[in-house]
Amino acid sequence: MSAAHQSNQGGANPSRPHPDTWIKVLPEGLFVEPGGFYIDPVRPVERAVVTHGHSDHARPGNRSVLATSGTLAIMRQRMGEGVGGSLQALDYGETLRIGDVTVRMVPAGHVLGSAQVVMEHAGSRVVVSGDYKRRLDRTCAPFEPVPCDVFVTEATFGLPVFRHPPDLGEVCKLLHSMALFPERSHVVGVYALGKCQRLITLLRAAGYDRPIWLHGALEPLCRLYSSLGVELGELRPATVAAKEELKGALVLAPPAAVADRWARRLADPVVAVASGWMRVRQRARQRGVELPLVISDHADWDELCQTLEDVGAPEVWVTHGREEALVHYATGRGIRARALALIGFEDEDSEGMPEKAGEGEAS
Amino acid sequence: MNRFAALIDALVFMPSRNGKIRLLVEHFATVPDPERGWALAALTGALSFREAKPAAIRELAATRVDPELLALSYDYVGDLAETVALIWPERPERANSLPPSLDEVVEALRAAKRGQVIGLVEGWLDTLDSSGRFALLKLITGALRIGVSARLAKTALAEWGKAARPEVSVDDVEEVWHGLTAPYAELFAWLEGRAEQPATGAGAGFRPMMLSHPLEEEDRAGLDPAAYAAEWKWDGIRVQMVARGGERRLYSRTGDDVSGAFPDIVDHMSFDAVLDGELLVARDGVVAPFNDLQQRLNRKTVTAQMLRDGPAWVRLYDILFDGDEDLRGLSFVERRARLERWYETVRPRRMDLSPLVPFDRWDELVELREGARENGIEGLMLKRRDSAYLAGRPKGPWFKWKRGALTLDTVMMYAQRGHGKRSSYYSDYTFGVWRGEELVPVGKAYSGFTDAELVELDRWVRNHTTRRYGPVREVEAGLVLEVAFDSVHLSNRHKSGLAMRFPRIHRIRWDKPAHEADRLETLAAMVAG
Repeated sequence: MSAAHQSNQGGANPSRPHPDTWIKVLPEGLFVEPGGFYIDPVRPVERAVVTHGHSDHARPGNRSVLATSGTLAIMRQRMGEGVGGSLQALDYGETLRIGDVTVRMVPAGHVLGSAQVVMEHAGSRVVVSGDYKRRLDRTCAPFEPVPCDVFVTEATFGLPVFRHPPDLGEVCKLLHSMALFPERSHVVGVYALGKCQRLITLLRAAGYDRPIWLHGALEPLCRLYSSLGVELGELRPATVAAKEELKGALVLAPPAAVADRWARRLADPVVAVASGWMRVRQRARQRGVELPLVISDHADWDELCQTLEDVGAPEVWVTHGREEALVHYATGRGIRARALALIGFEDEDSEGMPEKAGEGEAS
Repeated sequence: MNRFAALIDALVFMPSRNGKIRLLVEHFATVPDPERGWALAALTGALSFREAKPAAIRELAATRVDPELLALSYDYVGDLAETVALIWPERPERANSLPPSLDEVVEALRAAKRGQVIGLVEGWLDTLDSSGRFALLKLITGALRIGVSARLAKTALAEWGKAARPEVSVDDVEEVWHGLTAPYAELFAWLEGRAEQPATGAGAGFRPMMLSHPLEEEDRAGLDPAAYAAEWKWDGIRVQMVARGGERRLYSRTGDDVSGAFPDIVDHMSFDAVLDGELLVARDGVVAPFNDLQQRLNRKTVTAQMLRDGPAWVRLYDILFDGDEDLRGLSFVERRARLERWYETVRPRRMDLSPLVPFDRWDELVELREGARENGIEGLMLKRRDSAYLAGRPKGPWFKWKRGALTLDTVMMYAQRGHGKRSSYYSDYTFGVWRGEELVPVGKAYSGFTDAELVELDRWVRNHTTRRYGPVREVEAGLVLEVAFDSVHLSNRHKSGLAMRFPRIHRIRWDKPAHEADRLETLAAMVAG
């Protein structure tokens, strides 16, 4: 187990091949050759290891899937029959030998079931962290830093302009607005997986105990979370029939719906969106958001930098997001860093695009 | 700063125009002088602080943040004030120092000596929160870009004034506007019914200009040719010359004072009148291409060589004041007669009359308009003979009827993120045409498409990117953009040797293969003679 932090500066060592000789970027995704599996492949493959249930990471049609039982439950819920061939659970802390690679799952703190894939092969340890964050989330296990030789990180919010303020302050902004405009509905755009349930737990923790109304697209995953033991309190469907009751109510909906025809059932709604992108005013403005809430399931800039510090890897690969800035920062800290240029993940701000808003959810 | 910062934030997030007016009205009604006046000055772009230019702010930020990360962040956010407001490191001791008031900020900046400004700004940035930093930076760089135009702010003023002055319109506010200076105590006093309307007749202030609508084919069918006069639409910039009581000013269409850049005109304004005309560069009475005028725009001062190489000229369209006499209520025909008489008497140098174009039938004009390919003519103006000179853009009295645009099928080569509202979209396109087997860029356009088309274009760019350079993406040679432009000129600033005037996307040719796009020779053949 102890490959991490051994000197790896000496260049080629035949007995300890550099990880870039056994982990490759192929059109299907990140391929771990000695294990014969892909991590979060973007096209169907023989053998997939999936970090978490967001649709840009967990895709249907793989012959076999390895993921935490939480992620598998989410995938089954979302994909039904199309989920793939055989599903195998590997829970946090469990170890599995695949080919010539030892694989372990460690919490990533992103959404329920999200995991970092920790791999050991030929004397090196590589951690593929998937998407992650470092702050408290009552809906999932907290991120655990694992010392390693190569740390593979996301960079969704990889610019120093992205500093997510404390969650509680953002939730208070929402509660304050609801007190100020008690006659108006407040509709909050949230992604169906993760953000929705996290916002509910934040509201409950802040003492909001009234029923929360849900767009139909959010219901199945809330049910799943509840069945897995996440307390969400009283939830009700925001149907047209409930129009009268929706006055002054708090309604959660997918981001694409909050300013769309669906929202016509709401009385003079205050449009809010809960997302890390809301930190940039122009972005919020562009989407017609009146009440931006900076609540994210991704690490902000400080968390990304802190994580590089915590894992202490001499080498970092950046998968998706604003790679350039994080690579620059890491290089300045004496870390060898490069962008992997993976395709198919939430592209920069595609989340800001109207037509993608219902689909993409990782923010 | 708190009320101002809150106003700016609320305006940024308020999507509707009426909502913005409500926020402004509320601000004018509840914030005392001089704070509301400084806010108004900021919103109308009337505040400018010499040393707090964007470049200086950027340099200041680079002393606190890695310049590379700052540059990447700015590329991403697309707005300097917002970038610096967000990226500025918070100081833990901030809670102990009080943030400054808006009045304090403005007074300190006004009193500041050269070299002190940036130090002041730095100190304030350390005491303000992110919203306050944003408002401060917006204020001092003088470019708010938060979706509130000067016109909207004035509309809100008139709206708020209605309580005490029901007769006041936004044009009344425009009319007095240029005689006033921030923080506008007399303006607020007037609108609150506490004082008389500020004086307008005297002084070398700007008078709101009369603007035209483009003539659509369906409009023309309903127009009586006998009711309209026609004149050439010259391809320069619309200006207002104001010479009153010994003061001389040259204003652009939006009321910006451009006198400093055109001493060769101002020197000859030895009269007492307010005139409307087109600013051009002309040599021996022959109008030069717009490019030549462009060399002289956006400059505070000019060199002797620029005056020699690009002599300015004004072609007169209209007269608003002759001495103290306000002529704006007269009809176009009467004003034209006054203009001609005035010109005969005064004979100002570097100015001439824009001739009327006689016609009886629309088809005669169509022919004249298409035939006029000489430099300096953009098309025709149609002016109702009985129309008074009205502020703003009333529909009906004046039409612009531009010469048919030239078009060219080009291939998209690069796309760049837009700014402001478009900062997440690839909305600025560099396009090229074929020279042999390679594409050479010939221009850049960021308008002419609908919001729905922008979404499509953005998606296409993202799916066909071959390389990325910061905010710019290189794309496959696979999308034909039909570009419309007014004219094309020789230029040694462009790789292709040609520069287009007013290029815009005319149609997106999703159907057309890239190799069928036009060639450079085709564009070269269109160069204006």
